[in-house]
Amino acid sequence: MGGGIGAPEHLIVNGKRLDGRKLDEIRPLKIMAGVIKNADGSCQLEFGKTKIVATVYGPREALPKHISRPDRAVITCDYTMASFSTPERGRPGPNRRSSEISNLIADSLAPAIMLQKYPRTMINVYITVTNANAGTRCAAITAAAVALADAGIEMRDLVTSLAAGKIENHLALDLFEVEDNFGDADVPIAVMPRTEEVTLLQMDGRLTPEEFKTILKMLRKQVHEIYKVQKQALISKYKQEKSEEEVEQ
Amino acid sequence: MEEKIYTKDREIVIPGDLLAEGMDFLPAGKAFRESDKIYASTIGLVSIKGRVIKVIPLAGRYMPKVGDVIIGKVTGIGFSGWQVDIDSPYNADLNIGEASQGYIDLGKTDMSKFFDIGDYLLGEIISITESKFVKLTAKNRPYRRLRGGNVIQVSPSKIPRIIGKQGSMINTLKKNSDCDVIVGQNGLVWIKGTPEKEAVVAQAIKLIETESHKSGLTDRIKTMLEKIKSAQPSEPAKEEVKEGGQ
Repeated sequence: MGGGIGAPEHLIVNGKRLDGRKLDEIRPLKIMAGVIKNADGSCQLEFGKTKIVATVYGPREALPKHISRPDRAVITCDYTMASFSTPERGRPGPNRRSSEISNLIADSLAPAIMLQKYPRTMINVYITVTNANAGTRCAAITAAAVALADAGIEMRDLVTSLAAGKIENHLALDLFEVEDNFGDADVPIAVMPRTEEVTLLQMDGRLTPEEFKTILKMLRKQVHEIYKVQKQALISKYKQEKSEEEVEQ
Repeated sequence: MEEKIYTKDREIVIPGDLLAEGMDFLPAGKAFRESDKIYASTIGLVSIKGRVIKVIPLAGRYMPKVGDVIIGKVTGIGFSGWQVDIDSPYNADLNIGEASQGYIDLGKTDMSKFFDIGDYLLGEIISITESKFVKLTAKNRPYRRLRGGNVIQVSPSKIPRIIGKQGSMINTLKKNSDCDVIVGQNGLVWIKGTPEKEAVVAQAIKLIETESHKSGLTDRIKTMLEKIKSAQPSEPAKEEVKEGGQ
């Protein structure tokens, strides 16, 4: 870590990061729910330069039949990075990294969904990264949670995800690409904002136990800001329906 | 114990929103209790009636419920019954005993004479098991095979809007179009008339679905249908059919 080809001399200049953010500042976040008509639920998310589309189909008949469970729904996830999403063209199709992230996203969403309400069915989450600029797995989880809620699937809570890391001995929220490539550590986390339960926690790089605790505290606090944007995205999609109800009265 | 409502009637809520606190409140619809608090489990509108706190969903697929009158499509014929697609995550079964009032001799009868693959039928859900095996009945009137006509699909959450208050909207549709219209709780609507009129009714129903929030919709539908009526001489009205109750 640190150094390497194309590494900038400093990641922090005059107390600010290379993209002008403060250490505890996240990139601008934009979420839109219900962007794809033919899906049961969908969401488009822009987190700085990272752009993601999540679609949800289901609950529907579980196929192949042997994956179905008599007492609950099965959730599957397919995470794909578009070949044009990275500076260097990526090879299309699943690879080791994408299949691992697919499983991880499904596992971090599952605790929030009331799977037992939909026995013998499956819920499919499809995620396409159209532009990758670090933090795609977190953005994918955040977007997928909105798409699940948009599909009208019963959930105990949403899931909100964010990453933080260490750059030049400073802890910083939401690393972007350069920081991710040349930083010292990266910690993605997924939290259910209401219950504060953690559904995903990973670490890449090195941190002292104290740093790790501080970073967790930073993340858990900031996650609620992202939750507000998720909530707003869902409510603004259905505001129309509310005015309709008022006409009725 | 502290008792408090954190929401208003007719407010939009999302999964996980806190609605009320206290053991005296009862969650209904898509609301659930966790310890002494009540939360919403899906995106929907809050309805508070006395102590009952309900969330009416605004999205989601049709989930079968006992007593619902539905329109289904026959997808398979088994040894002693039919498989019916009810536009939900689950298929329904129609047993031979629930298909006809008379005795059917399995050895001598061709079951496709009652319902063939591809036929639409109007039926009622009579039972659902723990793992959501759905059983239908189509034995008694008005349940039957729907001959001819067209079936269109709308969002199940918009069904109350298509029926209207005390059936006002559906009656407008029927009276002004000379078509039979049957609305299933699962979001399928069957229309039968002349092909041109069927197309107009289908258009009108799609309009109700997409523009249900605008006021004066019933009148707009009326004028839309009347234009067609005056363009061509109308035939005598077809038999009156009860639509699926709300």
